[in-house]
Amino acid sequence: MSDRATPAGAPSSGAIHDIGYRHYDGPRLGAAYIRRSLFLDTLRGTYGLGRSARSKIVPLGLLALLALPALAVGIVTGYFGFGALPIGYTEYIFGFQVAVTIFVAAQSPAVMSRDLRFRVAALYFSRPLSRQQYVQAKYAGMAAALFLLMGLPITLLLAGALLAELPVDEQLPDYLRAMAGAALAALVLAGIGLFVAAMTPRRGLGVAAVVGVLLVLSGLQVTVMAMAYEFGNDTFTGYTGLISPYTLVDGVMSGVLGADSSIVEEPPGAVGAAVFVVAVVALVAACYAGLVARYRKALS
Amino acid sequence: MSLIRAEGLTMRFGSVTALDGLTLEVDPGITGLVGANGAGKSTLLKILLGLLPSTEGTAAVLDLDVAVDGPAIRERVGYMPEHDCLPPDVSATEFVVHMARMSGLPTTAARERAADTLRHVGLYEERYRPMGGYSTGMRQRVKLAQALVHDPSLVLLDEPTNGLDPAGRDDMLGLIQRIDSEFGISVIVTSHLLGELERVCRTIVVIEGGRLTRHSSTASVTAETAVVTVEVDDDHAALHARLTAAGITARSSGRVLQIDVADGSTYDVVRDAVAELGLGLVRMERQRHRMTEMFTDRPTTPGGVHV
Repeated sequence: MSDRATPAGAPSSGAIHDIGYRHYDGPRLGAAYIRRSLFLDTLRGTYGLGRSARSKIVPLGLLALLALPALAVGIVTGYFGFGALPIGYTEYIFGFQVAVTIFVAAQSPAVMSRDLRFRVAALYFSRPLSRQQYVQAKYAGMAAALFLLMGLPITLLLAGALLAELPVDEQLPDYLRAMAGAALAALVLAGIGLFVAAMTPRRGLGVAAVVGVLLVLSGLQVTVMAMAYEFGNDTFTGYTGLISPYTLVDGVMSGVLGADSSIVEEPPGAVGAAVFVVAVVALVAACYAGLVARYRKALS
Repeated sequence: MSLIRAEGLTMRFGSVTALDGLTLEVDPGITGLVGANGAGKSTLLKILLGLLPSTEGTAAVLDLDVAVDGPAIRERVGYMPEHDCLPPDVSATEFVVHMARMSGLPTTAARERAADTLRHVGLYEERYRPMGGYSTGMRQRVKLAQALVHDPSLVLLDEPTNGLDPAGRDDMLGLIQRIDSEFGISVIVTSHLLGELERVCRTIVVIEGGRLTRHSSTASVTAETAVVTVEVDDDHAALHARLTAAGITARSSGRVLQIDVADGSTYDVVRDAVAELGLGLVRMERQRHRMTEMFTDRPTTPGGVHV
């Protein structure tokens, strides 16, 4: 405690806090406002805003890593007057999937396990917010952060393409499809990342677990697809995309939105597309339900 | 208006009964909740916050039903958990502002309230430093501040003096008293240290094995007894003999004499006796019942249960 001068006449023990208590009679905004605030804080937190300088390095570095090549591609396209972008929008994102994976792994524990590890969750749940609303805010915050991470470079690519005077009506549909894919990938990856991270209150363990799960699934998918391809089973080859979150999203995009599949065989036919869509919906719903269940016992 | 009303509150976790037909009514002011570990205190607090549906029975906080109005209750109630709950990498100011917003306060109001509240709990310059470097006393103050920041009508404090040194305890108890008297906020405080509760609480509720074993005002618990303690600076044998001769019952207990007081004249006799013997009177103190006696002498407790 500092020994600053006390106001004249105040008893020495009472120092400064004898100004008197003022009651708060302003508005108390309900759960919707609280959820929105928590969403924004989560989104800011994933990029280290409002946190220490050290925690800004990784997320902003990854954002730069993804955005700068896109900027370069745009400039090069304009400078040399190419007739088309040298790399497709969707292709760009999936080409950088390792960076996206690292972002998910680095930030999911920061979003989830911080509140568990330091037991802050009890303070949230003693406030008007329900567990579902808490999970919704965190999930949406993480998904929005991932959407920003993937959407910014694609948008820079589009800007580059338009500055290079490539025709808008050719670029825009591809761009919008890629953005839809980014949104879908954000939902899926955020779900997996947060769910895995919520299993452990330890941050380091959480990072390793998320990287592990995403890399193992990707590796598994590649291996199984290669084997299926060897055996010449085309239908099965198409369905191997279900194994990894990236190929899952890619399958939905190529099957439903008609985008060119960038990394895998397309899912076979309309049935295949439907299976991929159902898989995505089920995965997101399962992650959400799992998170809510995880927090059911968090107040203790 | 009663602050809290519970009717036949029962809570079972499988085969474990945490609360067993608890019925009580708590009035505004400071109320102490006493019970050993596992007595059902925390379970009761969780039910009152509307976080845990009770197996049987009903409860109302601030005239709101805990079963249906949980969010409304939590908007008007502050909660300070027993365990540590502060992330180490943010400052107290940032943390309390965030918690104020999480209670539904707009950002500007949250900033003002956070600054006010931190000052009220006695955190000054250090509130801008990350909380990882705080002492236990400072951490307890921040935990209290986050429970008060949204100006609740009632705060639930779970073991607020845990881990504090004697001076820190005194500060915390002083704060709790001010929360009631100056801030006009009712307090429910749990502790296993009875001496603390009898200093600040108006009413004491004792829970044991999920049952209410005693519900009484502190005044009646700690009422004066007809015993006065006398300590003199020399051997008290001569005084003891003299008092016995005067028809006063006295017991020697270590360095002090416990004297039964019949009426006001007893004090005069003791005073005169000390003066005539030329002894120095160190202290002469009327005894109060200690709350610990509730635990050693419990007529209402079902047999066979010990703390």
